[in-house]
Amino acid sequence: MSKNVLRIENATMQFGGVVAVDNLNLEINQGEIVALIGPNGAGKTTAFNVTTGVYQPTNGAVWFNGEKIIENHPQGKMKKLYKGENDGKYTHVLAPTPDKITKLGMARTFQNIRLWKSQTVFNNVLIAKHCRTTAGVASAIFRLNRREEERQRQEVLELLEVVGLADVKDELATSLPYGKQRRLEIARALAAEPTLLLLDEPAAGMNPQETDELTAFIGEIRDKFNLTIFLIEHHMNLVMNISDRIYVLDFGKLIAEGTPAEIQNNKRVIDAYLGVAEDA
Amino acid sequence: MTLKKKQTIFTAAVLLVLLLASMALDATLPSYHIAITCVKKATVYALVAVSMNLLNGFTGLFSLGQAGFMLLGAYAYGVLCIPVAKRAGVYQYFDGGLIQFSLPEIFAGFLGDTIGSTVGMLVALAIGGLLAAAMAYLIALPVLRLKSDYLAIATLGFAEILKAFFQWNALGPITNGSNLLKSYPSFEKGTSYILLAGAMIAIIVLLINSTYGRAFKAIRDDEVAAEAMGINLSKHKRLAFVISSFFAGVGGGMLAMYNGTIAAAPFKSALTYEILLIVVIGGIGSITGSVLASFLYIFSSEWLLRGLDSGTFLGINAPGIFKNGFRMAVFSVIIMIIVLFFRKGIMGDRELPDLLVRRNKKSRKEAAGK
Repeated sequence: MSKNVLRIENATMQFGGVVAVDNLNLEINQGEIVALIGPNGAGKTTAFNVTTGVYQPTNGAVWFNGEKIIENHPQGKMKKLYKGENDGKYTHVLAPTPDKITKLGMARTFQNIRLWKSQTVFNNVLIAKHCRTTAGVASAIFRLNRREEERQRQEVLELLEVVGLADVKDELATSLPYGKQRRLEIARALAAEPTLLLLDEPAAGMNPQETDELTAFIGEIRDKFNLTIFLIEHHMNLVMNISDRIYVLDFGKLIAEGTPAEIQNNKRVIDAYLGVAEDA
Repeated sequence: MTLKKKQTIFTAAVLLVLLLASMALDATLPSYHIAITCVKKATVYALVAVSMNLLNGFTGLFSLGQAGFMLLGAYAYGVLCIPVAKRAGVYQYFDGGLIQFSLPEIFAGFLGDTIGSTVGMLVALAIGGLLAAAMAYLIALPVLRLKSDYLAIATLGFAEILKAFFQWNALGPITNGSNLLKSYPSFEKGTSYILLAGAMIAIIVLLINSTYGRAFKAIRDDEVAAEAMGINLSKHKRLAFVISSFFAGVGGGMLAMYNGTIAAAPFKSALTYEILLIVVIGGIGSITGSVLASFLYIFSSEWLLRGLDSGTFLGINAPGIFKNGFRMAVFSVIIMIIVLFFRKGIMGDRELPDLLVRRNKKSRKEAAGK
């Protein structure tokens, strides 16, 4: 069996009295494409935010490449309010900020595009390389890091070539058409040199043709950059085409997991999310 | 010739012309002439405005503590540079003060009079900057957790506290309490100011175009995305804050040099607002804009509009209208016109080299739509 990349363990995220993610357990192995699906408000993006450090889980842990990177247990006011399971199982607090998690090799895109608006396409990708910069401020100011900077610029050019944005590299990021902005967000995430890529609804707002292109693109970059991919998506064509395994969330709880074929025939998933065709 | 090459030559040419112009002014006019005074003051304001722009315009941190950091730089400069022989007179209420050395004199001891005292003055300016930077580092931890207006209020409060603290009598042996510090040496020529402030601004430009500067802009554009892409927010915000404060401190030292005397009272919030006004008029996020606006602001308020107060303006003699205070009324109207019709400031977010690039209609439309 291949190496385990990401493991979310008994993760519960509770906001006040609302349990957004309830005792979530999932595993992603090296080289897999795993999808997280579910109806709106099921807690998919919250699960992403817990994984990437934007939120601190109320209870539970996250492991990355065999190392525990996040852990928390109910504290303070939450002690009384806590409605989830496994209370008392975790005793440590490990809460790195998102940038530290990105440096470990996990990069993400956003559901609503978050590009740096005043910057060109090229700079958007180049800035993502900043977290791999070793030069200090003084050597950056006095250009003593020229070799590193040159190398980074070269890498960004190559990356833009791969994702097909080389011809628009000097345009403002926001002047690109929607589909290309999505692609740029993925390119930017790739520039941070991740081993695990998290895509939050990469096909949102895309037409069927753009969605097909994106499906092929995700497969391509997985092979080319040796990635493991974890994605949230509502386009079932895309999900069923490229996922190795699928997890289904409903009201914060995991209701199913399995291969696309298994999920498509799972009664609970059909009731909660997929539904049946009208003429069936 | 590529565009980039053209831009480099254009920038270098403009800077060279400006430098030669200031040297010509120095050579032809006496040093007390109003033009040279304006050049000096405008250069100091330009440096402080650029340092504020680094924070407000490039990193997106709305801070109003500039006057406080300038005060630190000014006092450090004065305290370290007053000649030993004159200390008894300056600190007459505090038995000649606590500190009994003067950096320009120490350096003059082994580097010769001219070079030595210049080096000593520069070292004192740098110490002022470092002091401001150290203070910024200390207050960054609590203050930078705040956002937008709250950050502005906190930094403004910090500057006011600092001002009061420096007037405290118990500190008299060092700060001279609420009495003036004076008799310290200063640069005579406008060109010296321009060279010094120019070097400082050049360092800020290099910083902004480096990988760290790009990270600052990313934080300004979208903090969440910046953090998700591995940019440590607290580290980078603190870095911008500390660097900006360093240059504000140096600028404060230069302002002390220009004024000839130092007291805590002028470093009030109105000074910060003046700088903020310059940054806004010049264009938030444009170094060129800040420098240009400083010169326009200082030249018109100190010199060109003077006639509005004293009876004759542009050859029109109307003592009934052009009397005390009318200048400020006209000035306010000019500022309102700028704010209404140049919403993004004179330069927007463009720099000197960008002036060679003619914006096409599409991008101009976009800029207008924003």
